[in-house]
Order: sequence, then C-alpha cells, then structure tokens
Amino acid sequence: MQLRTEASKGMALSAPASLYVGLLVAAPLGILVVYSFWTQSYVDINRTPTWANYQEAIDDPLVRFLMLRSIAIAGCVTIATVLLAYPIAYYIAFRTQKKTLWLLLITIPFWSSYLLRVFSWKLILGFNGVLNSALLSLGLISEPLTFLLYNEFAVVLTLAHAWAPFAILPIYVSLQKIDRSLLEAATDLGAGKIESFIRVTLPLTMPGIVAASLIIFIPTVGDYVTPSLVGGSDGKMIANLIQVQFGAANNWPLGATLSLIAMLSVGFVSIVFVLVMRGVGERIR
Amino acid sequence: MNSQTRIFSGLTTYALLYLVFLYLPVMLLPLFSFNDGTIIAFPIQGFTLKWYAQLGEQTKMLESLFNSLIVGSVAALVSTALGLFAARAYVRYTFRGRELSEGLVMLPLVIPGIIVASSMLVLFISIGLQPSLTTVILGHVFIALPFAVSIMKSAFDDFDQSLEEAAFDLGENVIGTFRRVTLPIVSPGIVSSLLVTFTVSFDEFVLAFFLSGSEPTLPVYIWSQIRFPAKLPNTLALGALLLGFSILLLLVAEYFRRRSSKAAVGT
Repeated sequence: MQLRTEASKGMALSAPASLYVGLLVAAPLGILVVYSFWTQSYVDINRTPTWANYQEAIDDPLVRFLMLRSIAIAGCVTIATVLLAYPIAYYIAFRTQKKTLWLLLITIPFWSSYLLRVFSWKLILGFNGVLNSALLSLGLISEPLTFLLYNEFAVVLTLAHAWAPFAILPIYVSLQKIDRSLLEAATDLGAGKIESFIRVTLPLTMPGIVAASLIIFIPTVGDYVTPSLVGGSDGKMIANLIQVQFGAANNWPLGATLSLIAMLSVGFVSIVFVLVMRGVGERIR
Repeated sequence: MNSQTRIFSGLTTYALLYLVFLYLPVMLLPLFSFNDGTIIAFPIQGFTLKWYAQLGEQTKMLESLFNSLIVGSVAALVSTALGLFAARAYVRYTFRGRELSEGLVMLPLVIPGIIVASSMLVLFISIGLQPSLTTVILGHVFIALPFAVSIMKSAFDDFDQSLEEAAFDLGENVIGTFRRVTLPIVSPGIVSSLLVTFTVSFDEFVLAFFLSGSEPTLPVYIWSQIRFPAKLPNTLALGALLLGFSILLLLVAEYFRRRSSKAAVGT
C-alpha cells in the first residue's frame, strides 16, 4: 500500500502506540464501569445491574475516611515535595555551572527500585532502626523515638523522597526558560531580591509548579507500596482498601467501584487545583 | 556583596543536605548488606559476604529473576519499537490529531498505579487471559511507553532531515533509507530507550503484583520476603545488587543518549 500524503504517514506511524495506550485505557475502564454495577455473591458474580456498590461505598464511613485521607496525604506530599525541591531547582538553574552533573545526581537514586527505597525508609525510621540506633549511639537521645514510623509522617517523608526528581525537573525547566533580562529589569526598577522573586520569578515558574504538583499528586493518591510498608494502621490509604477487594475480600465489583471513585475524586481535585492556581497566578501579576 | 555570598553559601549548603537526603536510603542497602548481623541498626557488627553467597542457593529468587529478565526484555523491545515509530511521526509529520496522540501516549504516567493494575486485571480476566508473564508484559509496555516516546522524540529532534532526502535522491527506497541512514543515526537513542524501559519494567511492582499470577517477578518476590525478619539480610544483599545494576544501566543509557545528541550535532 502506498501512503500518499505526509499526514497519513504520520498517522500510520503513530497509530500503533496511540491505539495501544488508547485501548488499554478505554477497555479496562469500560469493563471497570460494567463491573461496578454488578455484585459479588459468594464466589459468583451477580450480573443484575444495580447501584448497590456505589451505595455501599458512599455509606461506608471507612471508604470516605480513607479517600479523604488519601487526598490529604497526597496534598501534603505534593506541598512538601515542591517546597523542598524548589530551592534545588533554583540552585541548579541560577547558582551552579555544573548543571548536567547536578541533574544526573538527582535522577540517579530515582532509577533504583521504588519498592526497595520505600523498604529502606522503613529500616531507617524503625523503632530499632538505623536512625534511632545512630542517635542512641551518638548519645543524642536516651530512648528510641517512636513517632518516626507507621504514621502519616513516615508516608509523607518517604513519598517526598520518592517524587523528588518529578518536582525538581519541571520547576528547573521553567526556571531555565526565564528571560534573565526580566530579572535585571525588576532590579533596575527598584525591586528588592524578595520582591523580584515573588513578582517575577515565582509567577513565571507557576507552570512548572503546577506540572510538578499534578505529576506528584495524581499517582500518590493511589499509592499502595508506601502506606503498606511505612504507613502502619494510621497511614493506610484507599489503594490498600482497593487491593483487599481484589485480593483477600474477593469482591471485585466493589473494588472496581472504589477504583472508579478514586479516579473521579483525583480528577475532580486536580481540575479544581489547576483552576485555583490559574487564579493565583493572575492575582500575583 | 557580603549578603550575596551568604545567600549563595546558604543555598549550596541546602543543596548538599538535600543530596544526603536523596542518597541516604539508597546507600543504606549496600552498607548493611555487608553487616555481619541480622539486625539492621548501628553499630555495624562486622564485614561479611555470606548474605550474597546465600543468594545463589535460592531457587525461587532465581526463577523470579529469570521472569523479570524475560518481562523486561520483551517490554523494552515492544515499547521501544512503538515509541520509535510514534516519535518519528510526531517529530517529522504534521497531521490531524497529532497533539491528541502525543498527549495520549503520555497518559500512563499520570494514572495511579493501583487503578491501572486493578482495571487491567479485570479486563484480562474478562477476555479470558489468565494472569501470567504475558499480562505483566502487556502492562509494562503500557507504562514504559511514555519513556520510550520521549527518549526517541529527543533522538529524532536532533536528526537532520536533509540526510534522508539525500539518500532518496541517490536512489535509495523508503526501507533502505530507514535502515541505512535513519536507524544508524538514531541508534544511540534506541539503545538508551531500551535500557530505560527495561529498568522501568524491571523495577515495577504494583502492576506485576496484580497481574503476575503464579509467576512472580523479582519485585513481587522481594515483596513476599520483606515480611520475614530472618530473610532481611538476604533481601538487603539482593536489593544492593539490584541497585547497582539499575544505576549501571542508567549510566550506560545516559552515555548513549549523549552520544546520540553529539552525533547529530556533529553532522
């Protein structure tokens, strides 16, 4: 077959990839929707369409609690990661000549297994763990700190570590794009360091901050490994509940419903966030 | 001037501390994998290699390692092939729906893992595909594709179009031009993409946890071992090896990626 136009060549070449992703997004979601209207009766699935799962998910305080906590934890993780990462991105963009080296140094840890990094935090923060034993042998504390592991703090810390490059890179790119003469102009017009940062640099890096936030927030809401390993009972999130439905509880229709609710909630919060940030960006200018 | 130097050094100090924070958990596994004791705490008991030596006897681990190597290789090949063609289309041609398609292939990056995993499990079971290495591969191609596409896009970005035109003018056909001109020039990009997508698959846990059935990949095996304190030192040794391996692959990939930009600039 002879492909005549440039456009049809482009479409033909990109079709396998986009069809693959398109199919593997649409088909599973479609089936998830179908499942969410079925019900589990012992080992069989009752295929009479019903809202029962949605009713159960909405009525169950545990679901609401875990969903809200997942969103709250993901929000904290996003804020913590971006706040910690911003100065690094700033440092790489403006204060060092060895940009490539720094960018490489920051991405290397990210290429090790996520599971192992989370596991490593568990070892660091544990009661008889690395941090406590180090502090004890240095004589800085007299008994092990107990607030480190198995709570929201551990989850936020671990995820702020895991997502670091995802925050640093987009912010770095947006800082790098800033026309330096704008900063000079701000200084010439009498703006102090802090003022020119707040009124010039920060608004111009807003797209980077928003991109970083979304890239961190969305997957974090559905994170399974970190709450399982370092969250304890105080740090469980919605993904743990979804996994139980597909595993031990063997209630796939409810699991499907919870997955869909989680996805809709994430989508809703993200859209609100983008709109709010757009408003904030205009306000500062 | 004085205040400027102070801010500078403050930021530098912060940057160095941040690096410590980034590397602390990564360095910990190798450090304690040589520790002659089963408790992971200071002070370190003594130096030993026995945890590494014991790894060779664990047949289940070796099986799961083999599974991971298969899954990683196939997923890397398929996602890089798909990414190669898609990236070529995005960089070279303008066509309707290009932006939509470019956005679509990046989508796997921003869907929570648990949702991808659970929905794929339901889909595969519904169409009669039992959980196996095949389903893990299908899932891993999905999440590796955004990486393949972005690496290949940057490889094609630096590619000089006139080289292909010259080949056509000299009488080479489409396939010949691709094989003898395009492919050699973007090949460092391909190697880089293969290595990165392999690493993505090799380290991936949640999807494999849902989709692997009775054929665990290495991360799924590690997950099953984490609960047993007695197995901890072995898990650490295995983890340290994996860490070293992943970082080595990344550095090789980075080397090839740079070579691809350099080659393109040189022409």
